[in-house]
Amino acid sequence: MRGGNRFLAAAVLVLIAALALTHTVQNEYFFFAGYVVLQFVVLATAWNILGGYAGYVNFGSGAFFAVGAYTAVALIKALDAPLIVQVIAAFLLSGLLGFGVGALTLRLRGIFFSIATVAVAVICETAVINWRFVGGSRGLAILQPAAPLWFESYTRFLFVVMALIAIFSVALARYIQISWIGRGLRAIRDDEDAAECAGVPTLKLKLAAATLSGALMGAAGAPFPLYMSFIEPTSVFSLNYAVSALAMPIIGGTSSWVGPVIGAVLLASVQQIVTVTISSELNVLVVGVLLVAFVVAAPQGILGLAERLIRSRGVARGALGARDNGIGDRS
Amino acid sequence: MLRSWPTIFALLALAAPALVSDAQEQKPIRIGFSIAQTGPLSAGGKPGLLALQIWRDDVNARGGLLGRPVELVVYDDQGNPALTPGIYTKLVDVDKVDLLIGPYGTNPTAPVMPLVKRRDLLLFGNFALEANAQLHHDKYFNIQPWALAKDSAAPFLQLTKPLGAKTIAILAADAEFSQVAATGVRQELKDYGLELVYDQNYPPSTVDFSSMIRALRAKKPDVVYVASYPSDSAAIIRAANEIGLGDNVKLFGGGMVGLQYASLMEALGSQLTGVVNYHVWAPEKTMEFPGVRDFLARYQDRAKQANVDPLGFYLPPFDYAIGELLAQAVTATKSLDHKALAKYLREHEVKTVVGPVRFGANGEWASPRIIYVQFRSVEDKNLEQFRKAGKQVIVAPEAFKTGDVIPFNQARK
Amino acid sequence: MTPELLIEAVVAGILLGSFYAAVSIGLSIAFGLLDVPHIAHPAFLVLGAYGAYLLGQHGLDPLLAGAALTPLFFLGGVGVYRFYHAAFERHGSDKGLRGLAFFFGVAFIVEVGLIRVFGVDQRMVEAPYIGKSLALGSMRLPLRMLVPFAVALALTIALSLYLSRTFAGRAIKAVAQDQTALALMGADPVRVKQWAFGIATATCAVAGALLIILGPVEPGLGRLYIGRTFCVAVLAGLGSLPGTLAAGLILGIAESVVLTSFGASWAPAVAFGILLLVLAVRPAGLFGR
Repeated sequence: MRGGNRFLAAAVLVLIAALALTHTVQNEYFFFAGYVVLQFVVLATAWNILGGYAGYVNFGSGAFFAVGAYTAVALIKALDAPLIVQVIAAFLLSGLLGFGVGALTLRLRGIFFSIATVAVAVICETAVINWRFVGGSRGLAILQPAAPLWFESYTRFLFVVMALIAIFSVALARYIQISWIGRGLRAIRDDEDAAECAGVPTLKLKLAAATLSGALMGAAGAPFPLYMSFIEPTSVFSLNYAVSALAMPIIGGTSSWVGPVIGAVLLASVQQIVTVTISSELNVLVVGVLLVAFVVAAPQGILGLAERLIRSRGVARGALGARDNGIGDRS
Repeated sequence: MLRSWPTIFALLALAAPALVSDAQEQKPIRIGFSIAQTGPLSAGGKPGLLALQIWRDDVNARGGLLGRPVELVVYDDQGNPALTPGIYTKLVDVDKVDLLIGPYGTNPTAPVMPLVKRRDLLLFGNFALEANAQLHHDKYFNIQPWALAKDSAAPFLQLTKPLGAKTIAILAADAEFSQVAATGVRQELKDYGLELVYDQNYPPSTVDFSSMIRALRAKKPDVVYVASYPSDSAAIIRAANEIGLGDNVKLFGGGMVGLQYASLMEALGSQLTGVVNYHVWAPEKTMEFPGVRDFLARYQDRAKQANVDPLGFYLPPFDYAIGELLAQAVTATKSLDHKALAKYLREHEVKTVVGPVRFGANGEWASPRIIYVQFRSVEDKNLEQFRKAGKQVIVAPEAFKTGDVIPFNQARK
Repeated sequence: MTPELLIEAVVAGILLGSFYAAVSIGLSIAFGLLDVPHIAHPAFLVLGAYGAYLLGQHGLDPLLAGAALTPLFFLGGVGVYRFYHAAFERHGSDKGLRGLAFFFGVAFIVEVGLIRVFGVDQRMVEAPYIGKSLALGSMRLPLRMLVPFAVALALTIALSLYLSRTFAGRAIKAVAQDQTALALMGADPVRVKQWAFGIATATCAVAGALLIILGPVEPGLGRLYIGRTFCVAVLAGLGSLPGTLAAGLILGIAESVVLTSFGASWAPAVAFGILLLVLAVRPAGLFGR
């Protein structure tokens, strides 16, 4: 388990780095933007558990994210619950939603699952629009509490919280990938009928993946209302989340947990930088164009490209993109 | 371990612009805001921006403020409430502006309020209804002369008495502005002896209103109050013409945003006849504040070149007044300190092109000045008609009235 | 709800429903018959609407504009299919995921592209029949709904006849059922599919014109129609054109009744609710093969 130790060390380092940044970087906007980057790491990682490993495309990431966010809103309004409770509740509820959608459609061909996720997104949005308690389509302003001890502002605190959620997601995705679950899911992606015949419990595995994937997306959404101080359905249910959650893993590479992380950090950072300087449409356009380009020309994503590059240089087996040993051992 | 480097690099790349310091002499005073330049609110936002640019040019021609030139930092928020929190965080932390004006409209302003309250910043509301009613931020001021929604609803509801109306239908967009406005009407209904026979909220994305107009007509109301945003306002007026509101309706309109935009007024033409809707200024004799005609003449001149709203009766004079108010406060206090500026604005009356402005509770006008105008015998495809008095007759409140209200069903005959 | 109001709602629903059939017919062909995961269909529809808007700016009637744009859309569709085939279908591997992601990306690019060019403002067209209505007793039916109704009906019937009566039409139906058999008969399945995808895309030009006649259009409108078109295509039973008309009518009436009785805030969920129900209960659709 040397890889495991290294992963743990890296995770701890990332967390320490995030904490250190909150005490060294002056500009508040850095955390406002950094939070979004980390949030997309979670979304992309979560999407990849079902999309990348098993090959079932979720177009409704926005719905799971929003269910998480609105769970938090309801808890804030009803019980004034602390953030940790919000995140856990969002995790559970979105997981339940993932399970429900999966149970309904994962028996059918892949595209029906995809369309059903779009349907779920619209139905959830309609429900929220008609739910006055959480603001309806008018939205709701939520005041951030005072910043906790050790933190200069609440946004900095949320930045660290999101870093924790991101580390947890990536660890979970990595565990799934290197365990028997991941092997089963890959078998489903490559040939579902063959996997079924070989005794892989396909439906159970798919359901597990759909549940975990949804749960993580919900957890990513939970701190959002406090982060924004305002929530309204159109923006949280936005298709932009769905596109990004799907594009980032595909661009990074879907075969390993590293792919979504690379894709998310790269794309979300570029988006944030582009948003600071240029208009917001352009940054979503960038995602769309990159998505199509990668799907057509480099289906293995950046990981695949890197692997090919390493191979062509004569290195027998690149650390990046190695499927079954999960994380590369050389660093 | 290499794996974590991309993360760190990306984060550093994000931090880099923040580390670059600015060292300029005679730094301009930067005033930041977002205002819709695209989207349904843009027909109001473009003229508003032009008015603020005219003010900036005026100020700079006179040597600037505190000897420093004035610069505007402007973003397009598309009237979308989802975009404004990010834009205002950026204005404060990245652009580091000295003064803030709110986004145009109630919906995009609501999400910004928690932010300015938290950072304790001065914000000049730009046509935002009751944006500060919950937060009571002491550094917020609103240029829209509306104050509370129920006070704004009162003049409209007073019109129902002489018309002998007994029943009312309410159609309101499920968005911040229209819900606040409609709630104001609902609160006051009893005082005017009106029975609510139809009450419908619709999501802002609705494009087809024929079904709702059918359901509304079936209830045979005497009054139809609508609170809507520009694209729905146009669609509702059109659907009302296609399907018909029924013969009972004596008063139709109220809180429809967009019927003040020259482009919509021209496009809807005769379909507007008889509609009674709120406004803030109309070319009627009770609205001649010192300086407003002069400003409008200069505005209309530049609007022609810039190809924006050729009339400029809605935002422009008031947005110019925002500039005047800020300039007056900065010059009088000789500072850009938000606390000092807010104190000055709370305590002083300031002369502007829309008359003297004094702020009261929650930063709203101390004495509100909403007016209701009735469109009279409007012709199709004729913009020039609206420049003259008599097309948008002020029917309420009493203080600014230039004509009596005509029942909707008669105005249409 | 009074009986008069219910009748009015149902009549309006029939008009709306045939329009829904017209906007879904291309998807019925592309997705139902050809098995292409064409998530970008609604985006092409909106593109058609903007085409009609552009030509309308030069004084052309939106319906004529839609008809005039069909050859262009047909060629565009052929191009898209050839590209799709070369990039995904031919290799066969991972087709589902990549194909879906591809069309999703295309839809997104179309939408954002339209925003870049036209902005997020709503656009509408002018025509003599927009804004007027036909009085039937106390009922008033807007002409902007009656005209799409008539055109949609004509389009659906014409295409049904085309598929069942002509040689090319039968070849398209055959390619959906058994590609190898068709190949053995000497027809090239890829060429047949390319032709069919061209037709499917060409319907977007006409249906897009109907879309903008019915009401104002903005770039994001396609999203709402993902649900409606897939609902109709799946409910119809994949590839059945008479089924498409029936499914469209069911959706139209259901939406109209919900709109009139509960208001607009519940209406968007109607299509998706029906869709989920169909997927859960009878994925083969009402008129499934």
